[in-house]
Amino acid sequence: MRKIRTYHQVEHDTGSGILEQVLEQRARIARRLASVRAIVAVLSGKGGVGKSAVTANLAAALAQRGARVGALDADLNGPSLGRMLGVSGQRLGDGESGVVPAAGAAGVRVVSMELLQDAADAPLRWRGPSGDAFVWQGLAEAGTLREFFSDIAWGDLDVLLVDVPPGTDRIARLLDLVRPHVALLVTTPAEIARFVVAKSARLLREAGLDGIGIVANMTGRLETGAADGARALADETGIAIWADIPFDARLAVCTDRGEPWVLASPDAPASRAFDALAERLLNTLPAGSP
Amino acid sequence: MKFLCVGCDRVMTFAERQIPGDGTLAAVFVCDACGREIAMLTNPMETQLVSSLGVKIGGRTVPEQPLEQTRTNLEGGRADAFEGEARLTPGSVQWDAGAVERLQRVPPFVRGMVKRIYADWAAEHDIAMITPAVMDRARAELGLEGM
Repeated sequence: MRKIRTYHQVEHDTGSGILEQVLEQRARIARRLASVRAIVAVLSGKGGVGKSAVTANLAAALAQRGARVGALDADLNGPSLGRMLGVSGQRLGDGESGVVPAAGAAGVRVVSMELLQDAADAPLRWRGPSGDAFVWQGLAEAGTLREFFSDIAWGDLDVLLVDVPPGTDRIARLLDLVRPHVALLVTTPAEIARFVVAKSARLLREAGLDGIGIVANMTGRLETGAADGARALADETGIAIWADIPFDARLAVCTDRGEPWVLASPDAPASRAFDALAERLLNTLPAGSP
Repeated sequence: MKFLCVGCDRVMTFAERQIPGDGTLAAVFVCDACGREIAMLTNPMETQLVSSLGVKIGGRTVPEQPLEQTRTNLEGGRADAFEGEARLTPGSVQWDAGAVERLQRVPPFVRGMVKRIYADWAAEHDIAMITPAVMDRARAELGLEGM
């Protein structure tokens, strides 16, 4: 049998420069994010726990404290952050150094797939052979997420919030692209949420992330005697609860129509909880200007 | 991915890329030692797989444009998603009526990006007026698919 050299034994590339192109993609992200003081991922792994509402209200609370804030909606299939920050229908700028994000509530700079699609009810679809889309559509989505980091002219930011869709695979995808300074694990008192979010906590821990905090969302509604999944998660993982956001139906109604609750009703208990979270976050971030 | 000329034990180098427009791709590699050529042919799924990685077999001919992969591959892109004229190379490259008409056939979602690519290419080649023929040359040289 002939001995054919292996890939690694062949030193010279074919001239396609595929590796160099991939490295350049990474370098573009690094260059762009050099002007961002901290990336804060808002994630859970579980759906329906209020990640986007937490992101929108936290973004507004940070901006109210004078921080320069960007909000990246990483939920390409179910974007809602743009709507919650009031940028639906806005156009993105085709700027000199990249695509200029939309200006949302409290001046938060926003990008969302919603702003790129031609209809509000349009499902995310990619050009290409449809019969085997499952083979490549994950790569296409990862490519768009990469471009949201590298090609949006975010400018100087203190915080870039990333609203991460459900699924631990989506968290892993994010970690492949960037390393957040802080990951906020959003959960609810529901036991089933704890069960899923624990997987995300383990993923973040195994990735070596230090700055992890739990956001206990929609608290205060359990009947006496029911287990509190958020507190159980904190006990089980050793991750501290950074915020306890009491349930308030008005928060959802208001935020859903594009006005973060922290702006509409700054003295409400939930708004004060977001403000406290914003303060804690700002005290946690690396010092200095981006 | 590398191609090895087994007889010469030499890695083959990229020579040419062709995009026939049916979703397939042909990339030619040559052995610098013996001159043997091979063509790698990809089916539409394989072509899309490579495209989804955001890389170009044979290397990039123009710098990656902002949101290039998203704008190129998204189905149902919003026509007025972007405002403001795309940045063009200083030097005011002109467009004749035929080129303008052809540019208008490009979907609005990607038109700004495509216009910038052609204008940059024309400026690099000291071409003051972009015509359909110039666009054809640029398209062939740059390997622009669907632009």
